[in-house]
Amino acid sequence: MGKAWKFGDNLNTDEIIPGRFNITIDPLELAKNVFCEIKPEYAKGVRPGDVIVGGGNFGCGSSREHAPIAIKGSQAKCVIASSYARIFFRNAINIGLPILECPEAANDVEEGDEVDVDLTSGQIINATKNKTYQAHPLPDFVLKIASAGGIVSFLKEHDIQELMS
Amino acid sequence: MGTLVEEIFSRKAGRRVKAGEIVLLDVDYIMSHDNTTPLAIKAFREIGKPIRDKDRIVIHFDHAYPAPNVLAAENHRKILDFAKEQELPHLYKQGVCHQVMIEEGYVTPGSIVIGADSHSNTYGAMGAFGSGFGSTEIAVAWVTGKCWFKVPETIRIELHGEAQNGVYSKDVMICIAGLLGMDGATYRSVEFGGEYIDNLPVHERIVFPNMSTEIGAKCGLIAADEVTINYLESETPARGPFERIVPVNPQYERVIEIDVSIIAPQVACHPDVDNVKPLEEVKGLEVHEVYIGTCTNARFEDIEIVANMLKGKKVNPFVRVIVTPASERIYRKALKNGLIEILMDAGCTVTATGCGACIGRHGGILAPGERALTTMNRNFIGRMGSPLSEVYLASPATAAATALTGRITDPREYL
Ligand code: SF4
Repeated sequence: MGKAWKFGDNLNTDEIIPGRFNITIDPLELAKNVFCEIKPEYAKGVRPGDVIVGGGNFGCGSSREHAPIAIKGSQAKCVIASSYARIFFRNAINIGLPILECPEAANDVEEGDEVDVDLTSGQIINATKNKTYQAHPLPDFVLKIASAGGIVSFLKEHDIQELMS
Repeated sequence: MGTLVEEIFSRKAGRRVKAGEIVLLDVDYIMSHDNTTPLAIKAFREIGKPIRDKDRIVIHFDHAYPAPNVLAAENHRKILDFAKEQELPHLYKQGVCHQVMIEEGYVTPGSIVIGADSHSNTYGAMGAFGSGFGSTEIAVAWVTGKCWFKVPETIRIELHGEAQNGVYSKDVMICIAGLLGMDGATYRSVEFGGEYIDNLPVHERIVFPNMSTEIGAKCGLIAADEVTINYLESETPARGPFERIVPVNPQYERVIEIDVSIIAPQVACHPDVDNVKPLEEVKGLEVHEVYIGTCTNARFEDIEIVANMLKGKKVNPFVRVIVTPASERIYRKALKNGLIEILMDAGCTVTATGCGACIGRHGGILAPGERALTTMNRNFIGRMGSPLSEVYLASPATAAATALTGRITDPREYL
């Protein structure tokens, strides 16, 4: 169970982590400044298991991988949004940040709601509102990349073919 | 049975695939350039496995080449040292990556070419799947020869009719960007077809897939036909037999029909590619630089249009007019045909090939308060230099007319 941190539509990569902090790719360093301009209380307040809830076109803007790395470094369990910008979607999967697509939850969940997510089934439980939402379950290969900690770590141990088997 | 992208992916996968599925496919070529290769090298070192097939890796020096500053020089050094260490055979310093990829025959119908550059969509003009990726994925492909894809839904754009004199594929594409908007095709494959496309030569076709990136598309595709195959055989070292993959009973998410005969010259105005106006509405606006270059519109025929319009005339002396041929091959052909001399006589500055002023690093940077009219594909704030400068996008003919007067000018007045 974790707390929901709520964001709006078209959240861009500069709002996730401003370009001036992208001089490092260390997840913990980046996490110190994640959302610093639009939700400065996040970086100190976030706890492992918390979830990010966004709107449509989450992560639009630059193709840099720093944005998902910063969110992952902050220990958030996953992102839930109604849709994602294409390159953010890929980058998130490749760096091992689980992302769920669920317009219903994206609309309904409010800041501070207690939320529990089962990544395998895609079920999202909102304990505060006593509601359940169903996201598309994450494909197996995404879960494999996520549990390895990203595609680079996955490839150290495995053949890429194993992603699909 | 499927859209063009489903057909291309099905062929590669050896089974039928449909939109929404995720597939892991072999890629034919992996493109990267001086801006994106250094990060790929870093990811490659982290993975710690050998390159799968050196022959599939193509690296270009074009974004900031020759190096305009120490940082760019360091990047070039890093890449060249790496290429030497790994004995990579395909290094190019002959122009903009996408143009060189096509000219050198790396892009053939039905192939999959991924690039660490957002305009890798350009390869769709040859009936290939081309798309842009982050540097980590490029390193993954170096090591595995593969990439995962989510098969996209398709928007079909049917273009009918014949364009008016003075209206080019660039005007039509700018018009499409205005209609669909910057996120109008996010995640989607955009298929361009119809009799207008069928009758268009390759150099004009390229503009559509190239700018499909600007409307958020994952890829922009034109099915290979006679025109494509003739081009490949006469202009590139690629040799067939080429597969002619076409959509078969496709299910489109959306079909958009456009009659191109009613389109007049268009301009995408500062600061967004979908801030589109008919040229008529912005006519007379003063410009400080005219830039003819980039992977969108600096091919031989584009330069020829400009040279024909400027022949025997002088460009406005208070405007910087810069011409950057997209590739060395184009540059040589323009030289041989006397076009470079015409441009120089008219007062243009002709630079070395490459991305040039397009990313605001060198070769024509804008000062605060300046406005440029260019043949580029993108006009983000600060794209060509100062964040206080403005970029307007148009066809090469509009650029030439504007160069003569120093104000946005209808090319039909000079044709
Ligand atoms: S010419 Fe411009 S748009 Fe084309 S690859 Fe170079 S920087 Fe990108």
